[in-house]
Amino acid sequence: MKSKGKAGKDLMRTELEADLAAKNGLLDRRLFVQGGLLAGSIAVFAKAGRADDTSTEEAINYEAPVFDSQSGAQSIGAFLPDSMKIPGASFRGYGKPAGAESSVQRKILQPYGDLAPGAGVAMTPLQSLEGTITPNGLHFERSHNGRPTINPDEHEFLIHGLVQRSLKFSMASLSRYPMISRNYFIECAGNSFFNSNLFPEATQVSVGMIHGLVSGAEWTGIPLNLLLDEAGLLPEGKWILAEGADSAGMSRSIPLRKAMDDAIIAIYQNGEMLRPEQGYPMRLLLPGFEGNMSVKWLRRIKVTSGPTYTKDETSKYSDLMPDGVARQFTYTMGVKSTITRPAGGLVMDGPGFYEISGLAWSGSGKIVKVEVSADGGATWAVAALDGEPLSMALTRFRLPWKWDGLPTLLQSRATDEAGNTQLRRDVWSAQYAEGQLYHCNAIQTWSIARNGEVTNVFI
Amino acid sequence: MFLYKTFRVLVFFAGFAFSGFALGGELQGPKLGVSVEPGALSGWDISIGPEGSGLPNGEGDSRLGFTVFTDRCLHCHGQRGAGGLGLADPLVGGIGSLATDEPLKTVGSYWPYATTIFDYIRRAMPYDAPASLSNSEVYAVTAYILAQNGIIGEVDVMNAVTLPMVRMPNRDGFVMFWPEEDRK
Repeated sequence: MKSKGKAGKDLMRTELEADLAAKNGLLDRRLFVQGGLLAGSIAVFAKAGRADDTSTEEAINYEAPVFDSQSGAQSIGAFLPDSMKIPGASFRGYGKPAGAESSVQRKILQPYGDLAPGAGVAMTPLQSLEGTITPNGLHFERSHNGRPTINPDEHEFLIHGLVQRSLKFSMASLSRYPMISRNYFIECAGNSFFNSNLFPEATQVSVGMIHGLVSGAEWTGIPLNLLLDEAGLLPEGKWILAEGADSAGMSRSIPLRKAMDDAIIAIYQNGEMLRPEQGYPMRLLLPGFEGNMSVKWLRRIKVTSGPTYTKDETSKYSDLMPDGVARQFTYTMGVKSTITRPAGGLVMDGPGFYEISGLAWSGSGKIVKVEVSADGGATWAVAALDGEPLSMALTRFRLPWKWDGLPTLLQSRATDEAGNTQLRRDVWSAQYAEGQLYHCNAIQTWSIARNGEVTNVFI
Repeated sequence: MFLYKTFRVLVFFAGFAFSGFALGGELQGPKLGVSVEPGALSGWDISIGPEGSGLPNGEGDSRLGFTVFTDRCLHCHGQRGAGGLGLADPLVGGIGSLATDEPLKTVGSYWPYATTIFDYIRRAMPYDAPASLSNSEVYAVTAYILAQNGIIGEVDVMNAVTLPMVRMPNRDGFVMFWPEEDRK
């Protein structure tokens, strides 16, 4: 696009006034994603380093380094960075992140300490990531008694119970079945527990530590219904029990309808074999359901007439209401979103332009709308959804924002295709008894202080 | 024109195949599963149903259970299962507290089925040596937890017949959210 010079800048200022989408500087989402519509406005972001259009005013004024000698003895090395003068490192068999990114790590919580060091969570550092695919080494993990080491050559998978034939499969035989690839999020039902009823006061930790029990990946594997059909379902079969080969013997009951609908026996994660943390060599993948049900290190599926009532679907992963009655089998993860930048623990770099970036997802289907508020929920601007939203997958949203430097409350609110939308935290909280930690999908509020500090607050 | 028509037909069938593909219903597998005789399943089938299906032989009461508990459970779960180190769940108490401002979820106050206690202890406890207790030891320590909660008596023996007959205080304390047609 062409710059409009000084006159263009004046026009741009006027356009920006008109482009306010909600109070406190939230701008129209099209400013970023449909650049051609608002040329003058886009020039602002080019100046901020978002574009390298050489026809802009800034580019014209750019002074290129000039060789101070035309002598044949002059080498260009004096003008170039070391990386252009020293041969680079050799190849390695498996690539790694840049050394300068070594601080990007999962946050590990071990609630039982040394008693059970493998019981706990490792949380995705959402504040350090972009897009919608979580790198395999940073995918969140909830393990109940450690990460087992399983020899794929010895691993066997059994289907039995209310079937015509009990069948056993090796990994070698499963590798010959037709596979499908799908992009899905997995979210632990206990995600965002720092914002749940377990914590009456807001905890000051990163967005990854609050909401990092969700990740997104492309999962490849065999539709479970193919294997269940091979075993031959008996009419009395209504549920399945899925069991892992870990030392917690993780087991959950799953309605047969879900198992026959879109469940996958996942073997690959983002193109490579599953990581041990994610259930190597095979796991169940139940799109949109509580992450706990996507049983890792899957060894057995038993077709049953009813739920088995395992420990993790009765004493855990059930939702106590204020009247003392508990909701059970609340499988679907609710519609949810959070701004990941700016977010808790970050400090704003002074007033001016920022891109608000965040993630939204729903266990009920596609995200259709994400709204952002910069005044604590009084006014809302519709954010841009980056790319085509996929069902039960992470969706990235973005919105340009001009922060005026005054204290502000930033929020995001997602709506899914089923019409579900997020509730304020106080409204969400009041539905449940004291101590409810599961299924917290309340609106996240980030407070921006005058000094730029971003903190977690409850509204 | 012929090519165009052929293309349209191909697209139609590709779309049809894809919709079947997404549901999985039209896919055909190579059928490589190996049949397993029922007699070979006993070592695999370790889960216990709420009506007691899968419960093994063996038995125990809370007196033997006290010994097992003291040796293997007390370190984390505390005296009489009232809560101990770290975040290990309290196993005892809280009956009648669920509708109050300070609900206490324990095995006694919250769990709907006694079979779940047996299933979980046998497969996952103690944390440092899962699946190491004998079936009779699991019955015994299950009896101990139930007796400490006042749900059974000190000398009541738990086995494959008696355990499924235990009615937990919160048995009717749950409402199912998954649709009716999938309930038993």
